[in-house]
Amino acid sequence: MILEMHDICKDYPMGKTVTRVLKNVNLTVNEGDYLAIMGPSGSGKTTLMNIIGCLDVPTSGSYSLGGRDITACSAKELATVRNKEIGFVFQSFHLLPKLTALENVALPLLYGGMKKAQRLELARQALETVGLADRIDHRPDQLSGGQCQRVAIARAIVGKPKLLLADEPTGALDSASGAQVMELFQQLHEDSGATIIMITHDAGIARHAQMTRTIRDGILSGGVEV
Amino acid sequence: MLENVSLALQGVWSHKLRSFLTMLGIIIGIAAIITIVSTIKGTNEQIKQNLIGQGTNVVTVQLTQDGYEYDMSWSDPPQGVTPLTEERRSELEKLDGVEEVSLYYQRQWSDNVYYGNTNFSGSVYGVDSHYFSVNDYTVNYGRGFIDSDFTQHRKVALVDSNTARSLFTGENPVGCTIEMQGEPFTVVGVVSKNGGSGPVINSLQDYWMYAGNGSNSIFIPGETWSVIYRYDEPQKVAVRAKSTDAMTYAGDNVAKAINETNVTSDKVKYQADDLLKQASDLQNLTSSANSQLIWIAAISLVVGGIGVMNIMLVSVTERTREIGLKIAIGAQQSRIRWQFLTEAAVLTSLGGLLGVGCGIGLAYMLSHVMGTPVAISGSACLIAVVFSMVIGIVFGLAPAVKASKLNPIEALRHE
Ligand SMILES: Nc1ncnc2c1ncn2[C@@H]1O[C@H](COP(=O)(O)OP(=O)(O)O)[C@@H](O)[C@H]1O
Ligand SMILES: [Mg+2]
Repeated sequence: MILEMHDICKDYPMGKTVTRVLKNVNLTVNEGDYLAIMGPSGSGKTTLMNIIGCLDVPTSGSYSLGGRDITACSAKELATVRNKEIGFVFQSFHLLPKLTALENVALPLLYGGMKKAQRLELARQALETVGLADRIDHRPDQLSGGQCQRVAIARAIVGKPKLLLADEPTGALDSASGAQVMELFQQLHEDSGATIIMITHDAGIARHAQMTRTIRDGILSGGVEV
Repeated sequence: MLENVSLALQGVWSHKLRSFLTMLGIIIGIAAIITIVSTIKGTNEQIKQNLIGQGTNVVTVQLTQDGYEYDMSWSDPPQGVTPLTEERRSELEKLDGVEEVSLYYQRQWSDNVYYGNTNFSGSVYGVDSHYFSVNDYTVNYGRGFIDSDFTQHRKVALVDSNTARSLFTGENPVGCTIEMQGEPFTVVGVVSKNGGSGPVINSLQDYWMYAGNGSNSIFIPGETWSVIYRYDEPQKVAVRAKSTDAMTYAGDNVAKAINETNVTSDKVKYQADDLLKQASDLQNLTSSANSQLIWIAAISLVVGGIGVMNIMLVSVTERTREIGLKIAIGAQQSRIRWQFLTEAAVLTSLGGLLGVGCGIGLAYMLSHVMGTPVAISGSACLIAVVFSMVIGIVFGLAPAVKASKLNPIEALRHE
């Protein structure tokens, strides 16, 4: 078991009242799982993903990742967890515009304290894995949306994290590049046994995953094996 | 760290105009300070050189009573003071900071000294064989004193070039006879002080410092002094120090040593003329006037610092998404803080460097136009650059902390 969540709740203050966005979410993910989380817009998918990705903390509940109690971690420890154990792919890529593809991919390794030569070598390998070996010196504005997202995926996997998270990774892409990206996740799952949690509201996309869970109004329903 | 600096430099370069405008306050402040400091230092060095006489490093040690020179023209030699011997003189030369010592007698305002019917007005000295070397005189015409002049108590005299002009108008003084206290003395030579350039007179103080100094002097052998004045007179001591900075120290050493062996009186004591102290008093006077200006310049630095803070805050806002992403992929808060601190420090250090450059240029321009002396102080320049860096760190702190505390989720959503 790589990830275990119990009774996770998340409240957001709304004026004088609070809104509960996540309601007693329970989730376990095993090593090598490929899980899709589906749900309509505003159902709390991103909120859940941010908590899984240690970008946000739950209001209550327990969360352990790779045996570590995340709710007890300091900000510094959380940064290390994000750096070493989680790879995050965002809907809108979030590449740094002034850096080349290679430099973007190597960035997490810099924060891990790795030497430059090794950083660049691993980044190059990761770009090769996502099929962009010939684009390493391009800046984001010289790449298509699909290529940008693949650079972002390379950045997410370069540090060989335990867990790969993707929040609507195809949301900003046309269907052709979307399909390419989904293929890439499939390949990462099959070839290197990566553990993947992907958010989508597209059932067609969710079909790629091994299993699917649905979230509605902050309530995560039981799993469906595909 | 080096990577951070080079990234920061790239950042500065990619916003050239904005960076320059941000640095302007620092540039102006540092330039003003460097200009002021260079001018103060230049003035101080000029004062020091003027007062002390370039390179001579001679300090006079003489008898004083109640802080004033004990003047043998008006009073008898004081009780409880023994004249110094040649052995004592050579012992004094071994003291710390002392290079050479001369014992001599002096009448500041001579009376009864005539050449023909012309009355000489100036100083009369009874000197030893070290006097001219200590005070850096050379013989221009005729000869200097030789050993037999001293040992045989010869009535011979040397005149300085001023006296040669004023007392012997046009005549060659060598071979002439002057009358001192009724005794005839034969002039054997003309001497003058080395170092060529006369003192630069800038102020009334300067004038008083130099009035009567070195001008119109007649020298006779010290051994002959008793022929015209008293035989038991205690000497004055001219001490050539090893360096200008050692003058005070050497003078004090000699005065203390003499007081221990040759003075039993409580009232009169040997004391060193503290030219260095007089110089530094004068320096303090000019410096304190100028250092007020430094405070005004410092205000400009604070204003510059606030400008830097402002632009750094703008930069943090502009780069919110970048910061959010970095935090999301695991950058520690401390790293984000350092990134912005480095940027601010690089920006202000660069401003400091430019300011130092402008300041040096301005100081020389000022000296060209207004004739103020200039001396560039390396340490002041270094301090200025380091200080600008500190300004960057101080005023960059708030923006850097703000950046490091950003919530990554909100930061990534930022447009
Ligand atoms: N920072 C926040 N403050 C207040 N409400 C929020 C905040 N973030 C999300 N929400 C609310 O939480 C709910 C779930 O949002 P989100 O997790 O982004 O949904 P999804 O990703 O499924 O579209 C929405 O109703 C949204 O308005
Ligand atoms: Mg969402």
